[in-house]
Amino acid sequence: MTTIADKATEPEKIKLESEYKHTRPLTSCIWDPQNRYVFFGAEDNLVHRYDPNLKTSISFTAHDSWVRAMEVSVKGDWLVTGGYDGRLAWWPAAAEKPEAIRVVDAHQGWIRAVSHSSDGLTIATCGNDRLVKIWNADDGKLIRELKGHESHVYNVGFTPDGKVLISCDLKGVLKAWDLLSDFAMRDIVKIEALHKYDTTFRADIGGARCIGFRPDGVQMAIGGMTNVTNAFAGVGEIAVALVDWKQGTLVQFLESKEKTRGAAWGIAYHPDGFWIGLAGGGGGGWLYYWKGDAANEFFKLKLKNEGRGMSLAADNRRIAVAHADAHLRIYRIQS
Amino acid sequence: MKCMVSCRSTEHLSSRRSFLSGMAAGSLGVAASLSPGLGDLIIANPAIAAQLKSGSKRILNVFLHGGVSQLESWDPKPNTDTGGPFRAIPTSVPGIHISELLPHTAKQMHRLSLIRGLNTKNGDHGRGQIEMTTGRKRIPGTDYPHLGAVVAKSLTPENFPLPGHILIRGAGTGSSSAAYLGPKYSSVVMNEGKPPEYTTRPESLSIEDDQRRNAFRSQVNDRFARRRRTADTDSYTYSYDQALDLLASREVFDVTREPKSDQERYGVSEFGQHCLLARRLLEKGVPFVQVNHSNYDTHHENFDFHIEQLGEFDLPFATLVSDLAERGMLEDTLICVMSEFGRTPKINSRYGRDHWGTAWSVLLGGAGIQPGAVIGKTNDNGTEVVDREVDHGHLFHTILQAVGVDSTGEFEVGGRKYPIADPAKSSIKELLA
Repeated sequence: MTTIADKATEPEKIKLESEYKHTRPLTSCIWDPQNRYVFFGAEDNLVHRYDPNLKTSISFTAHDSWVRAMEVSVKGDWLVTGGYDGRLAWWPAAAEKPEAIRVVDAHQGWIRAVSHSSDGLTIATCGNDRLVKIWNADDGKLIRELKGHESHVYNVGFTPDGKVLISCDLKGVLKAWDLLSDFAMRDIVKIEALHKYDTTFRADIGGARCIGFRPDGVQMAIGGMTNVTNAFAGVGEIAVALVDWKQGTLVQFLESKEKTRGAAWGIAYHPDGFWIGLAGGGGGGWLYYWKGDAANEFFKLKLKNEGRGMSLAADNRRIAVAHADAHLRIYRIQS
Repeated sequence: MKCMVSCRSTEHLSSRRSFLSGMAAGSLGVAASLSPGLGDLIIANPAIAAQLKSGSKRILNVFLHGGVSQLESWDPKPNTDTGGPFRAIPTSVPGIHISELLPHTAKQMHRLSLIRGLNTKNGDHGRGQIEMTTGRKRIPGTDYPHLGAVVAKSLTPENFPLPGHILIRGAGTGSSSAAYLGPKYSSVVMNEGKPPEYTTRPESLSIEDDQRRNAFRSQVNDRFARRRRTADTDSYTYSYDQALDLLASREVFDVTREPKSDQERYGVSEFGQHCLLARRLLEKGVPFVQVNHSNYDTHHENFDFHIEQLGEFDLPFATLVSDLAERGMLEDTLICVMSEFGRTPKINSRYGRDHWGTAWSVLLGGAGIQPGAVIGKTNDNGTEVVDREVDHGHLFHTILQAVGVDSTGEFEVGGRKYPIADPAKSSIKELLA
C-alpha cells in the first residue's frame, strides 16, 4: 500500500489547509508523531491539544507561566512540557481529560527547550539557569545536571544516533555532551553571527531559537537572528547556521535573499532533501526552503502572520505554525 | 528661560572657589559608621560634617532609561492577557506583590512605597525624560530645571565643597539642565562612573605652574568681567572654579576606595558599581545623585531583556537600600526609581512592549515617604488607572516636600519669580510620612 508520504513532494505547492483561532497569541507547537494532534502553547500558561480532524482543542493545566518547550514521545503516548515557570510536566498525550502525571521543579527560571532521545528513554532540558539537565523519561528522576554554559541555554537536541546531546546558548556557543562517555563535554563551535552585544542598549541578543538535525548524517541547523543593528527594536535578519557537529565546523549560513527582518523560530529537515525554516519578526511570517548547499532559499511562502513556532508532521506533508495573531495554522505540501 | 546675570544673586556672584573652605580637622560621630576611608575625608571637612550632622536631606534618583515595564516590575498582572510570563511574588509587606524579576528588592519593600496610578499621557522618550525630571509639561521654548538642580539649589549648604547635583551614567552626552537656576546647579556628570572630566592635573604641569596659570587666568578674567560680564562668561568662569573643587576632592569619586567586600556585594556590573558610588556620594552629603541604568526600551523581546536588565538592577539596588537603612541614612535620603514612561500592556507580535504613559508606576522610599504603601491602582490587566491618578507634576511636588522643600514656593532669580513646581499640581499627601 502506498501512503501519501511515500510519494515525492512538490514543495513549492504548499497551501494553507486549516486554521484554528485561539484566544491568546501562540508561542509554540508540535505534532504528535501519530499525526493525531498538534500540541501548542500560548500566552495563557496552558498547554493545548488541537485535533485537526475535529478542529477542536482542549487545555491542560500545570504551569504557572507560558509554555514554549514541548516534546512528544516516539510512540505518541506521552507529552512533556517545560514552562517559563521552570516546571517540567509529563502528560498522557491522548487522554480524554489529560492531567499531569508528574510535575517537577526542573530549572531556576525559564525552561527554554526540551528534547527526547531517539530511544525515548531520556529527556534533556535547558534553561536560564545556564544548565542542561538529563531526566529519566519514565519516572522523571534527574539523571545528570550538566554545567558549562556561561549564558542562558536556548536550545537542546539529541543527535539522530542518540549518542550525543547538543546544546546552544544565548551567545551562540554550541556544546556536545557524549552520552556514551558519562556526558563528557566538548565545545563544538561558537556561531558568532547569531549573537550580538548591543552596546547602545547594553544587552545581549541571540541564541538558538530553533534546532534541527538531518537524520541521515552529522549536519544540524541552528536558527536565530543575525546582523542585529538594534536589539530592542528587533532590527536584525533571520539566519540559520548549518553545522557539522562532529567536526565542529560551520557548513553553510542560510539567509533570506531579501534579508528578512526577524528571527528563525523553526527549522526542520524534509526527507526530500531540503530545510524548512520559519521566520517571525518585523518582516512578517515566512516559510523558507533551503537546499543547504546555497545560502539563499529556493522557495518562500508568505504567511498570514508572524510565526513563533513550527513543527513538521511525521507524514512530512503538513507543517503546523504557531502564530502571533492567536492562530494555529496548518499548511500542506502537495504531491 | 536663560539664566540672567543681572540678578546679582549669591549663586551667580559668589565664587565657587569659596566652597573649598579650609580642610580643618574636625570630628563627627557619624563618620565612624561610614565606609573606611570615606570617614576620614568627612572628618577632615567641616562643611561636609555639618551637612551630615544637620540631617539635611538627600535624594537618590535611579532613572531606568527607555521606559521600564511596570508589568515586569512594580505592578504585575500575572495570567492576564497583558501580564506576560512572569509571576508576582510576595514582598516584605504583606499584600504587596511585585514581579518575580525583583526578588531582592521585594525584601526591601517595607522601606519603600509604590505609586501605581501614574498617567503622564506621553509616549515620547525625550518629552518623558524632561517631564518626569522637571515635573512640568514640556512646552517648546520653555526650559525648566531638572529635579537635581532644584534640589541642589534648595539643599546644598553654603560652602559645601562638592557639586550638589551629580549624574552617574554608563555613557551619553549632555547634562541635566538647571535652566534659569544657572549652571552652578547643572549636573556634574560621571560617565561610566569615572570622576568628572578634567579633574586631574597633567603630569607635565607642576603644581606651582598650575597655580600661577590659574592666578593669571583669574586676573584677566576678573578684569574682563568688570565690564563685559554675561551669563555665558559666568558659566565659563564657574567651570574653572568647579574643576578646581573637583580636583581637590577627586578621591570622593573613586569607587575603588570602597572596601573590596562592598564592591563584591554590589556586584561586578557597571550598575552595581554605580550604586556603590552613589552610596559613597550620598555619604559625603551630596544632595542629589542620579544613577541612570540603561536600557529598557524593549519593543522586541521585552521579557528576555527585562530578565537581563532587571537582573542587573535588582541586587545592587536592594543592597543600596539596605545599606542606607543600616547606616541610618534612609531617614534623610529619599529614593526614587523612575523612567520616562512605562510600557504597553498589549504584547506585540515580537514579544515586545511599546511606549506607554497611560497607566504605570514609580517607586519611592526613604526620607519623608511613608514606607510600605501603595498609592493608586490600575485595572485588572493594567490598561488604565482606576484609583488615585497622578502625574509627573504631583510626583515632583511629593519628592520635594518629602525632603523638606516647600514646592509651592518660588525661586527668585534675576528679579523674576519662578514657581518651584507646577502650581496647578500638588503633592500626594497620603504618601508623605
